[in-house]
Amino acid sequence: MAQITLENVTKTFGAVTAVDRVSLTIAEGELVALLGPSGCGKTTTLRLIAGLEIPDSGRIFIGDREVTRLPPRERDVAMVFQDYALYPHMNLMDNIGYPLKVRGVPREELRQRVQEVARRLQIGDLLDRRPSQISGGQQQRASVARAVVHEAQAFLFDEPLSNLDAKLRLEARAFLKHLQHTEGVTAAYVTHDQAEAMALADRIVVMNHGKIMQIGTPLDVYRNPQNTFVAAFIGNPPMNLLPCHLDMAQGVLVVAANQAPLDLGLLRERIRVALKDGDSLTLGVRPENITLGAEPGPAAIPGKIYVTQPLGGETLVNVEVGDQLVSVRIFTEELPPLPEQVWLTLDLARTFLYGPDGERIV
Amino acid sequence: MNRYESPLARVGIVLFTMLAASFFALPLLWLATAPFDARVNLTVHIPAELTLDNFRAVFQNSFAVRALLVNNLIIAGGAMLTVATVATLASYGLSRTRIPGRDILVYVLILFSSVVGGTAAMVPLFLLAYHLGLVDTHIGVILVMSGGLLPSAIFIMRDFVDTIPRSYEEAALVFGASPLHIFRDIAFPLVRPGVAVVAIWAFVNAWGAFLIPVVLLRSPHNMPASVALYSFYSEAGTPVHTLVAAYAFLYTIPVLVLYLIVNWRFGFRFFGGIKR
Amino acid sequence: MEQQRGVFSSRVGLAFLTPALFFVVVFLLFPFVWIFYLSFTNQTLTGASALSPSFVGLENYARLFDFDRWARAGEFGSALWITIQFVLGSALLGQAVVGLTIAWAFYRRKGLLREIVFTLAVLAWIIPDVVVAFAWSAFLDYEQGTLNAILGALGLGRPDWLFRYPLISIILFNTWRGSAFSILLFSSALETIPPSYVETADVVGASAWQKFRDILFPLLRGHILTDLILITLWTFNVFTPYLLTGGGPTFKTEVVSIYIYRTAFKFFEFGKGGAIAVVVMLINLTLAMGYLAMLRRQKASA
Repeated sequence: MAQITLENVTKTFGAVTAVDRVSLTIAEGELVALLGPSGCGKTTTLRLIAGLEIPDSGRIFIGDREVTRLPPRERDVAMVFQDYALYPHMNLMDNIGYPLKVRGVPREELRQRVQEVARRLQIGDLLDRRPSQISGGQQQRASVARAVVHEAQAFLFDEPLSNLDAKLRLEARAFLKHLQHTEGVTAAYVTHDQAEAMALADRIVVMNHGKIMQIGTPLDVYRNPQNTFVAAFIGNPPMNLLPCHLDMAQGVLVVAANQAPLDLGLLRERIRVALKDGDSLTLGVRPENITLGAEPGPAAIPGKIYVTQPLGGETLVNVEVGDQLVSVRIFTEELPPLPEQVWLTLDLARTFLYGPDGERIV
Repeated sequence: MNRYESPLARVGIVLFTMLAASFFALPLLWLATAPFDARVNLTVHIPAELTLDNFRAVFQNSFAVRALLVNNLIIAGGAMLTVATVATLASYGLSRTRIPGRDILVYVLILFSSVVGGTAAMVPLFLLAYHLGLVDTHIGVILVMSGGLLPSAIFIMRDFVDTIPRSYEEAALVFGASPLHIFRDIAFPLVRPGVAVVAIWAFVNAWGAFLIPVVLLRSPHNMPASVALYSFYSEAGTPVHTLVAAYAFLYTIPVLVLYLIVNWRFGFRFFGGIKR
Repeated sequence: MEQQRGVFSSRVGLAFLTPALFFVVVFLLFPFVWIFYLSFTNQTLTGASALSPSFVGLENYARLFDFDRWARAGEFGSALWITIQFVLGSALLGQAVVGLTIAWAFYRRKGLLREIVFTLAVLAWIIPDVVVAFAWSAFLDYEQGTLNAILGALGLGRPDWLFRYPLISIILFNTWRGSAFSILLFSSALETIPPSYVETADVVGASAWQKFRDILFPLLRGHILTDLILITLWTFNVFTPYLLTGGGPTFKTEVVSIYIYRTAFKFFEFGKGGAIAVVVMLINLTLAMGYLAMLRRQKASA
């Protein structure tokens, strides 16, 4: 296993910059998730590491070796594809053994290694079947087996679970994490599913428009989103973002949606940059960091109940604040009765303020 | 289809089928009966006296037999191999390489081959063959035919090539396969149905061709069946109907068989880029 | 992320394409260019002008467009006019309409009826030229032909088709011969239309004709244009009528492809044959460009 390093890598397709000056190091034995909406450049980043694309500028290293312009077969990486890319005309033995076959591994050794890996991945009984004769979950394992079998320097996963149904996906997720731990592989893992990224990754790279928006551990990315993009992308439902502006004279933030003043209070000391009167800011607060009440308070803004959604262990309440909907998550199985007009009290210690450029200032 | 359908629509479609079927079948029906008829009769009917004498007479004509069993096989087989090989390589290369405007390219090629096709191109093609010493050779006929068939063959073939997910080959690339490996182990086995369809299509086209051989070939012993059919015409140019019918019957059988194979294996349909 | 790098480098791709390029250049591009050159010479097959053809300028063209003669039977103008009628009749009115009607009639239907019609149409399309020509000459025979036997039995008269109505005969023949392509193209195109489109109309009670006019036809328009481009060009170049009528009687079925054949390969006047070919190709090219422009406008508005 080896570490993967990207230095200032850029890739454009015509007028579109798919990957924009990305620098990133994946440590030996680490699983890093590349997370972002479709078109954010995460798949292109992965394909650049694989050698399926060649960057316009920047350098890529696997271990100590620069691979920037090497063809895929000289990079010694293994890849699992979204559609598994199992060959329909070969049985699983030939499919899983294909990386060994093209490397000229003798037939008998190939059989042994495939059987060994297949047993470990619990598909040992299926080796004479064709991909069309096995289930989606088994196909997914077979494609992982094909990646594992040739003991590459690094593993690349391109949304490997997105073709599975919800239940199988949870199983496969646990299985992949277990495998990654026991094998200690270096891996880059592309996904658009934040829950998958949080659950699997040692670190998450959030991307948008080809740029890295934030790198951090799953908890770090969740707790301390550095900008409004990450704030809105991570979390389900995502963080509430309320546009507002600063009124220095009153010492309040005025929420744009309904002109409600909000005492800066605790936030004031945590503001790291100089602000001036009238600056347009964005207030960010997660649904679980708001409480609903009937009485006003210094850190409360008024709203009107729009709808409540009981989800079992918790309840999601959507509150109309002006023309904006704010999500509030309440961890109770049965919601106490609420008046139609409510006050939303923000937990200011867990509230963020983002500047006009969307970067975090609190 | 378990769609509801009114009885009127049901009757309508049956009537329509009968009409359409007769339109396409009637001109051909006579060919199915006449070869077995002892007496000349141009009307479709069940022969009063069944016989195989006509076929016996046909096999007496060694020129026509050679045309059908040797020359036609060489020409159609040669065109089939050439077109299938070249079209497979080309459509694969076209599909897997980034060439700007490659979709338009195939379309323009088809149009161009139609614009240049037919008798219009026979004059320069004849002179070309003449200067290359290919007049009166089967190679010349095969090459000229292949040139004309290729654009459509590539068009048909792309339908098959484009259905192979790119990830198949990308996986192979990552796992260390060379372009040749990929073509041999992955692409070719997967497009084999397409190769078969294109091969049969080229064979049927070359099998029935008349104009190109008639222009490029000279000596009787090189002529294909489409020309040899006229050896069953009298000196005055009138056909000996029973013999021509018998020969035409034999000449048509391979086409029917190949059609049945394609229809059975792949379902005869429009092979070409209609999808959305 | 729509654009992706090819699986192969351009060099490898080019290696795959080289054989095809050879054929296209030698057997398509080269004849196309050469024919322009030929049309300005007096090249023949035999005699002095076969070895060293001389440049005759526009003489070949002048002979084609000699307006005193060109409308006479067996001359270029006449052949062109016959061709236009032949193309309009057998490609546009014939194959395209028959193809669309049959494809539409069997839209959303599977089963035996469809199999029968499609199989027969495809057979008419793929059986060798000389065989179908021969079958049709028997079918249209004045005294014994099956067509006249049927018409006679129905009391509709027994015309001598190839003598009295030669052009109509070859139009019918070519419609019969080539409809399969349009049937297959239109049925494939119809299959790409999501059933929900038509089912929505079913639910609101649209008639079959309304469904065709309001839903299917607008969605098929691009395919209809594509079909028309191809069958027009093919029909322009088709040589098979020669096998049925030889261009006669008295040149009444001599379409330009037969006219070229007679000029170049009966009289071996390659120069003049080349000139006709150039004019025909230019007409074809104009038609193709016109259709393409319509197709582009259609795509832009869709």
